[in-house]
Amino acid sequence: MGFLDINQATKSYGAVKVLHETNISVDEGEFLVLVGPSGCGKSTLLNMIAGLEDVTAGEIAIRGRSMNGVKPADRNIAMVFQSYALYPNMTVKGNIAFGMEMHGIAKPEREKRIAQVAELLQMSHLLDRKPGQLSGGQRQRVAMGRALVREPDVFLFDEPLSNLDAKLRVDMRTEIKKLHQKLGTTIVYVTHDQIEALTLSTRIAVMFGGYVQQLGTPKEIYDNPANMFVAGFMGSPSMNLFPAKIIAANGAPAAEVNLANGASAAIPFAGNRMSTHVGRDIVLGIRPEAITDKDGADRNSNAIHIVEAPVEVTEPAGSDTFVVSQIGGKDVTGRFRADVNVNPGETFPFAFNMEKAVAFDPESEQRIE
Amino acid sequence: MASAPSTQRIDTGTAIAEPVQTKTRLGHFNAARIILYALLAVFCVYYLLPLYVMVVNSLKPLSEITAGGMMALPSQWTLAPWGSAWSTAQVGVEATGLRPYFINSILMVVPAVAISTILGALNGYVLTKWAFRGSTILFGLLLFGCFIPFQMVLIPMARMLGLMGIAGSVPGLIFVHLVYGIGFSTLYFRNYYAAFPTELVRAAQIDGAGFFTIFWRILLPSSGPIAVVCIIWQFTNIWNDFLFGASFSDFDSQPMTVALNNLVQSSTGVKEYNVHFAGAIMAALPTLLVYIVAGRFFVRGLMAGSVKG
Repeated sequence: MGFLDINQATKSYGAVKVLHETNISVDEGEFLVLVGPSGCGKSTLLNMIAGLEDVTAGEIAIRGRSMNGVKPADRNIAMVFQSYALYPNMTVKGNIAFGMEMHGIAKPEREKRIAQVAELLQMSHLLDRKPGQLSGGQRQRVAMGRALVREPDVFLFDEPLSNLDAKLRVDMRTEIKKLHQKLGTTIVYVTHDQIEALTLSTRIAVMFGGYVQQLGTPKEIYDNPANMFVAGFMGSPSMNLFPAKIIAANGAPAAEVNLANGASAAIPFAGNRMSTHVGRDIVLGIRPEAITDKDGADRNSNAIHIVEAPVEVTEPAGSDTFVVSQIGGKDVTGRFRADVNVNPGETFPFAFNMEKAVAFDPESEQRIE
Repeated sequence: MASAPSTQRIDTGTAIAEPVQTKTRLGHFNAARIILYALLAVFCVYYLLPLYVMVVNSLKPLSEITAGGMMALPSQWTLAPWGSAWSTAQVGVEATGLRPYFINSILMVVPAVAISTILGALNGYVLTKWAFRGSTILFGLLLFGCFIPFQMVLIPMARMLGLMGIAGSVPGLIFVHLVYGIGFSTLYFRNYYAAFPTELVRAAQIDGAGFFTIFWRILLPSSGPIAVVCIIWQFTNIWNDFLFGASFSDFDSQPMTVALNNLVQSSTGVKEYNVHFAGAIMAALPTLLVYIVAGRFFVRGLMAGSVKG
């Protein structure tokens, strides 16, 4: 049993089930990120943990204590909202003190904790201002301070960075991660940004359509996506997914693909993988960084295979150049070194690192081993 | 075409040649402005004239009025009509002046406005942030209550007040105005709180604040603008009400409006127009004062900074 247990939790509004039986067990000190497109049920799940929404069936427990029917205030949680939700009529200090005041903490203790948190978040100079006089990043900081000062069992973050501009978002992301490392608190964090999920979390729950599609460490999610949704949602640019057929080429299983110039190529799998699936149609998944130019290929990989493919588009991105080719009727993007001389229209050797390739069933969209 | 530049040259005293078209448009623009302001001035005078007549005639002896010359300034300035209207004029059967009735009105209007505003705010809070099954229908019914003509409720209300034992008293009048006021004050606050970020309420819930604490500490402090609107509206309506005042009061609980009517009706010999004018201004002063005082707090932007817009 974990620190925070979500056990068969479901949520329905009338006949509409927005969250299906969900099981997640979070250990103390973990940073769990719920990630998914809007409407996937991630915010609903967070609100259920907070107690702002009832659990239709199942149970949520914190520290082994069932939270069903327990008011938000009595769950020993704190939440940071997307809109910050700072009380406009109170000063920063008042905002931070409000929760402690409601929980009957004596004034000297309040003052002490406010001073600590203000120092931790470097906002001691802001304490007497009203929220209206703060910038977006400062408001974000105050919202976090308000949560921190409560010293809760679990922190809940509801898309806390999505209202910030791009640069500030990256800064605050690092800051949240530092804070987690320093304090070692248990965090449940909702976001639709897969990069935030990958960078911040110790574990990720990828959600879609009211189901948890996959629960795992960022590396598991990234390298071994459970299905095509997870493969396509996590990572940017997203994983290349294109139709292939498993054949036996020279005795070893290989993926046969159709190139844009009418030719076909057989790319052998690493080791003897997929040997039991020969003859099967699959969707091959391979990340852009596993398709490179020849010299940029991973030297530690034992399964680099060159495919001569026509180049359709090149997209220089400064640090890399993304090269697009058509394979099996889909755009397939490779991540080449920036200074590779490659031009649209020509045929160029693409180096596939098949150690990183995964295969999916075209019907069920689940991964095939 | 030729006259436009020359006119311009005379006006400005400069001989700089500018495109003719610009000047004509500028001239046209000015003419439109002048007509506009002249029109506005006319309307302004039109609306202020009655006030002027009231003020000047309340400050002159009766003889000056009866001699004609309503529009003229007093040749002999006097405050006597004001004193008479306030404390000695014949109102109904007693020569008490308007003072006791003014006090009645104050005793009626202050609690009625305060309570209806507070209840309206509470209703608005519940209807938006703690919506329950049927809350929309309830709000619809409250709204419907606003538009029931006063005359329709006179007899049922008289019966109700009798049953409650507060007929013909100031508390009875307060009750009547409360019943009518809550519909409007609820409407104001409901619409205002509908735009109030629900996340603030949720944050306060997590912080441990209860139903009334959230209302008192989070919502009310941000309700300045709508509270002012509500207070101005309620105060004006309740203070100026005549029908309920005339229907549900006794001699000792009549409000100012009814007393003013009695003052004008019950002159024994000559009609003391100057006293009537002074009394009428007295009856209008409190609402004017509310506009001037409360209007200053009629500021927007109190919500700025709570959530990112």
